[in-house]
Amino acid sequence: MKSKILASAVATLFVVAGATPVSAEVVITQKAKKFDKKKISIKKGESVKFVNADSIAHNIHSRSSNGKFDLGVSKPGTSTSKVFDKAGKFKVRCAIHPKMKITVKVN
Amino acid sequence: MGTHKKFSKLAVSMVVAISGFATVASTVATSAEKKSRADWKKEYVRPSEIPFPKENPYTAAKADLGRTLFFDPRLSGANYISCGTCHNPSFAWGDGLAKGIGHAMTKLGRRTPTILNLAFGEDLMWDGRFETLEQQALGPMSAPVEMNQNMKAIVAELQQIPEYRTLFNISFPGKGITVDNIAKAIATFERTVVSGVAPFDRWVAGDEHAVSESAKRGFDLFNNKANCVACHSGWNFTDSSFHDIGMPDKDIGRGKVVPGVVVMQHAFKVPTLRNAVERAPYMHDGSLKNLYSVVEHYDNGFVTRPSKSEEIFALKLNAAEKTDLVEFMKTLSSKDAPMALPRLPAYDQTVAGSLNVSPAAGPSTGSTAMRTPKGACNSFLMHYIPCSK
Ligand SMILES: [Cu+2]
Repeated sequence: MKSKILASAVATLFVVAGATPVSAEVVITQKAKKFDKKKISIKKGESVKFVNADSIAHNIHSRSSNGKFDLGVSKPGTSTSKVFDKAGKFKVRCAIHPKMKITVKVN
Repeated sequence: MGTHKKFSKLAVSMVVAISGFATVASTVATSAEKKSRADWKKEYVRPSEIPFPKENPYTAAKADLGRTLFFDPRLSGANYISCGTCHNPSFAWGDGLAKGIGHAMTKLGRRTPTILNLAFGEDLMWDGRFETLEQQALGPMSAPVEMNQNMKAIVAELQQIPEYRTLFNISFPGKGITVDNIAKAIATFERTVVSGVAPFDRWVAGDEHAVSESAKRGFDLFNNKANCVACHSGWNFTDSSFHDIGMPDKDIGRGKVVPGVVVMQHAFKVPTLRNAVERAPYMHDGSLKNLYSVVEHYDNGFVTRPSKSEEIFALKLNAAEKTDLVEFMKTLSSKDAPMALPRLPAYDQTVAGSLNVSPAAGPSTGSTAMRTPKGACNSFLMHYIPCSK
């Protein structure tokens, strides 16, 4: 919930401030019950935007010991962002479809 | 040896299929477009080989040891329940009961799932609480209501059996009998348990006479109007996902494991449909007695609640369509040859002494008393364990 609010706040800021490049946001697409990448590397404090391009619901969560989180249900056609503010490796999965896996490496 | 033979045979029989498999996954999703029957068939081609994890690679010796352990009742606290007691190969690796029965006739909460084709799956158990087969193998073994084995005692117990010492040393040189290695051997064996070639596979491979016209219509319904393919996809007829399919019971299933996700309340793992005919009764609670009832459930028998999967909706099938779907599912049965049971290693005959069986060691919860739930006295069990009235 927190990250959702933050994401929309960032978007608003972006519109108001025009070209000010807020820290980069990596976009990951959920399509055909898969993430479009298996692994990504980002910097501490950056966020990842998960776009559900499927016609079914997905979930984003991690049970990694260095930071558990669960972004709840992401409905078709919506997106959810998550700021990674701790360094480390996060195994991110969909709780509905456990074959959907992506590793987020935060440097 | 039998296991290894089965494995290599399987690999050969599945070679035909390999090229199709990689393309399958990338072309799923677009079920909205009308796809031809021939194109759908391409999505169900059998894989060419069984995947084994890097952390626990396949060896014939390990799979064979795993098979011996799987059928050895000495892996349970009271030495009368093996993994194979509930996962009975003659019942397509299930028990034919609505709900499993564990230690001292304890009635379990859910139906015993088959172990068929688990090498191709993901998180295990109806609620997905174990990530690997290795972790899973130890779960029921140590659960007081299932096999009730004290995991500290099991290593010592197997150490008393000379042949097990030898077999573990062959499979795990320099490490021998450990709890981890028991799990690795059983998991390796389980990964070799793969359903064989069924009439459906022969049809997919090009034999038009392998299945009936009714079954072919059922296949079309499966992929289109009945929307079964939304979850029962691919050659193993499951995408290993979890859904609330609206069974009207109180069990929240995966909701306990993933409490923060609404649609995981009352959600259970999508099981394979391979050899389903032999695996009645159905669903996580074993409440449906045959496949026709299963079709009826999806047609209009589900309850609606916030967690219900969006992929479940009233299908409005007519009687002929329901029959076609059942006829189709019947073509997924491979009628595999019976499996030979292993000869179990004998106790040491070279030293005198009494057998230290683990009823004395007690349940893994720390209690030393052998507990029998009230009302669990049963003439069959009384031969084995004391009965508390
Ligand atoms: Cu998903």
